[in-house]
Amino acid sequence: MNALLQVRKLSRHYGQRIGCQDVSFDLHPGELLCIVGESGSGKSTLLNTMAAQLAPSAGSIRYRQKNDAWLELDALSEADRRRLAREEWGFVTQNPRDGLRLNVSAGANVAERLMALGMRDYGRLREIASSWLARVEIDPLRIDDAPTSFSGGMQQRLQIARTLVTQPRLVFMDEPTAGLDVSVQARILDLLRRLVNELGLAAVMVTHDLAVARLLAARTMVMQGGCVVETGLTDQILDDPQHPYTQLLVSSVLTT
Amino acid sequence: MTPTYNFAFLDENTKRMLRRALLKAVAIPGYQVPFGSREMPLPYGWGTGGIQVTAALLGPDDVLKVIDQGADDTTNAVNIRRFFARTAGVATTERTAEASVIQTRHRIPETPLREDQILVFQVPEPEPLRTLEPREAETRTMHALADYGLMHVKLYEDIAQYGHIATSYDYPVLVDGRFLTSPSPIPKFDNPKLDHSPALMLFGAGREKRLYAIPPYTQVESLAFDDHPFEIQRWEHQCALCGSGESYLDEVVVDDCGTRMFVCSDTDYCGEHLAEAVA
Amino acid sequence: MYVAVKGGEQAIARSLELLAEARRGDPATAELELAQIRQQLRLGVARVMQEGSLYDEELAALAIRQAAGDMLEAIFLLRAYRTTLPRFGYTEALDTTRMRVRRRISGTFKDVPGGQVLGPTYDYTQRLLEFGPTVPIATVEAEVPLAEAMPRVLDLLDAEALIERIDAGADPEPVDLTRKPLMFPANRATRLQNLSRGDEGFLLGMAYSTQRGYAESHPFAGEIRMGEVDVLVCPEELGFAIEIGSITLTECQMINQFHGGNGVPPQFTRGYGLGMGESERKAMSMALVDRALRCDELGEPAYAPAQNQEFVLSHSDNVEASGFVQHLKLPHYVDFQAELSLLRTLSAQHVRHASDRHQAVPEQALEESQA
Repeated sequence: MNALLQVRKLSRHYGQRIGCQDVSFDLHPGELLCIVGESGSGKSTLLNTMAAQLAPSAGSIRYRQKNDAWLELDALSEADRRRLAREEWGFVTQNPRDGLRLNVSAGANVAERLMALGMRDYGRLREIASSWLARVEIDPLRIDDAPTSFSGGMQQRLQIARTLVTQPRLVFMDEPTAGLDVSVQARILDLLRRLVNELGLAAVMVTHDLAVARLLAARTMVMQGGCVVETGLTDQILDDPQHPYTQLLVSSVLTT
Repeated sequence: MTPTYNFAFLDENTKRMLRRALLKAVAIPGYQVPFGSREMPLPYGWGTGGIQVTAALLGPDDVLKVIDQGADDTTNAVNIRRFFARTAGVATTERTAEASVIQTRHRIPETPLREDQILVFQVPEPEPLRTLEPREAETRTMHALADYGLMHVKLYEDIAQYGHIATSYDYPVLVDGRFLTSPSPIPKFDNPKLDHSPALMLFGAGREKRLYAIPPYTQVESLAFDDHPFEIQRWEHQCALCGSGESYLDEVVVDDCGTRMFVCSDTDYCGEHLAEAVA
Repeated sequence: MYVAVKGGEQAIARSLELLAEARRGDPATAELELAQIRQQLRLGVARVMQEGSLYDEELAALAIRQAAGDMLEAIFLLRAYRTTLPRFGYTEALDTTRMRVRRRISGTFKDVPGGQVLGPTYDYTQRLLEFGPTVPIATVEAEVPLAEAMPRVLDLLDAEALIERIDAGADPEPVDLTRKPLMFPANRATRLQNLSRGDEGFLLGMAYSTQRGYAESHPFAGEIRMGEVDVLVCPEELGFAIEIGSITLTECQMINQFHGGNGVPPQFTRGYGLGMGESERKAMSMALVDRALRCDELGEPAYAPAQNQEFVLSHSDNVEASGFVQHLKLPHYVDFQAELSLLRTLSAQHVRHASDRHQAVPEQALEESQA
């Protein structure tokens, strides 16, 4: 099968400091890849560079569009970047407050991407927004409530609904469950696993938690100091970690 | 006419700069053209953009009408008319039908305009997205990419909260199917007059240094949803002076018991209508 | 019976007469002469020239008199007049190292080549109101005259490579903000031009905020100098520069700590301020705000109002600000009427909903009792 995203020898530096270095991999349609590492390992830099929010210092990223044409992301125009972000991609931020419009209702948050794509039927927008709220386990009666009146977990589920409502082909997720209670985390991970399967999404998720990878991802990449130290099937990495750093991560997961 | 100043105050090079910017504005309907707005002897926010456009348009044979809130006799309208009478010596009129150039603040005359007339709007804030996005660099990008989903978020939110779109003036329009544009703070009652108008409509924002235009017979669509179409204000009253049931009405408090009366905001239209009724 | 508001023209004429009368005051008191304003209100004249963007003491004095001392109104008058003036050309860049200094102080070194020169300053006046008539004072000529040209204090640090180098020639040709609209992002030359025309009070408040934690600036007053600088123009037909006169200027160079970032090594950085006449407060404020606005170039976290160039540059101009704030005096009948009818609709709707809810309560209670 053809890849959706091809990353080759990608590096991003901040002056002298290395953000990420020489990263290469392919992502296929319907695949969920987890990037695991502790804070400062370069995983968020990598994610933001892939999502064309940071310019790479070296290397290339190619994305295969809906029409099968390949797009070089380092030469991406602002117009194309916004079009992709609107029509083909989604981005879920760690803090839902960064990804939501806090001054408008939950319904408007979910409907925004549909309106950006030109949907002009208010009744239909409400219908879709309601069904998506239900899908992420938010009471549709709260459609007109402000996101600020939601709990942290609800806000994150709202952000997920807002991102997935247009059925993007590729979703980037930056630690979507960090900062939430363990029980709330479990519910969101469960929800994500279900939605990713149902919609057949390709997704890249950054996490510091190997347990998250175990639950969601077929494939996992382990990063340390800006470099990928190990990559492979998640089961393989968990059962037979090769790199000492991965071994350390795995042992800490298994003991908990 | 004051002889020490050039005709219509501005020097000819500045007028040429303005005309070039206006031509560009006409060529790209609804696009906000940045221009080197000059400092005028009237304060910013009081019509400096409209005054510069009018100064660039006026020739000795023009007949100028100036209205504010639809009326010719409000102080600011009087002052601007005085300014051009003094610096350009052009003929002025209060009759919509007689004017070749009409400078306006907040209204479009009720009397239908013709192809040989130009309407000049004074614009305080040319950017319809400004209250939703304060950064100029960002709003310019949004226009460049026709990235207008945000405007509909606002309209959606209005309906969700109030049952209908709660914008009553400066109601955003899409010009020629391309640029989201502010019609200036006219009541939405006047928006339909923008669509396919025979008269050229020019907009000047002096403080914000932007000009834009709606050329004659251009499609101007007031934003709405398919199932919540655009609607204009309606009154239960008729004008207490001329009896018109079709014009935009001003509400006037006539005594200290709160008694109200409703009269036409367009004073020329009201007078004409009254004369016809009497005749 | 309602009578439509008529007679605007006449009302304006009467208002102008009242204004003229109020401006002149008691005719028994002599009218201010422009020379008096120029000489005895020279700091006011300097501000009007600077923010009016026109170096002409006579016209500034005239504007101050016509504006009855309202500085913003005087600035406005001067700017409107300036619009009508023909543009013959642009001067060469002013060389403030060749300033004939009358005041020069540094907060960073105890002594500097050329010395600290207090000059005429209000700094040490003790601010006691002087009730008697002003007594003419005979100044005493110094035994040793001041040096013809004084080195800039910041150039001393430059020799040690401790302060950023600003290559004089490297700046882009500045756009003329009175001819071209301000566009974002604005480069430093454009920002400085905007700040230089900006309102002194606005800049003072912005500068003050950078000292109170809204932007990290750690400033030192490297050097403030005031004096006369020659103005040169190079007419095309001559091909060489000629001096057309000299103007009084105040220049401030701030030194700011910088820990390095965005590829720039740790070093001192500069903030720059320049104003016409004796305008020390303005020049210092401008230098602080200029430095704060360099946050992007230096890779500093930008979170404070004074670091936001759209915020600062869009709101610095007092003619724009004053006009737009005061335009609220103009009639807004039409838009107010539109809002009024909207509010009536919303309020009627609110009442309807409230009564619906009120009626719904018994039903709900019934359901619950049945359950």
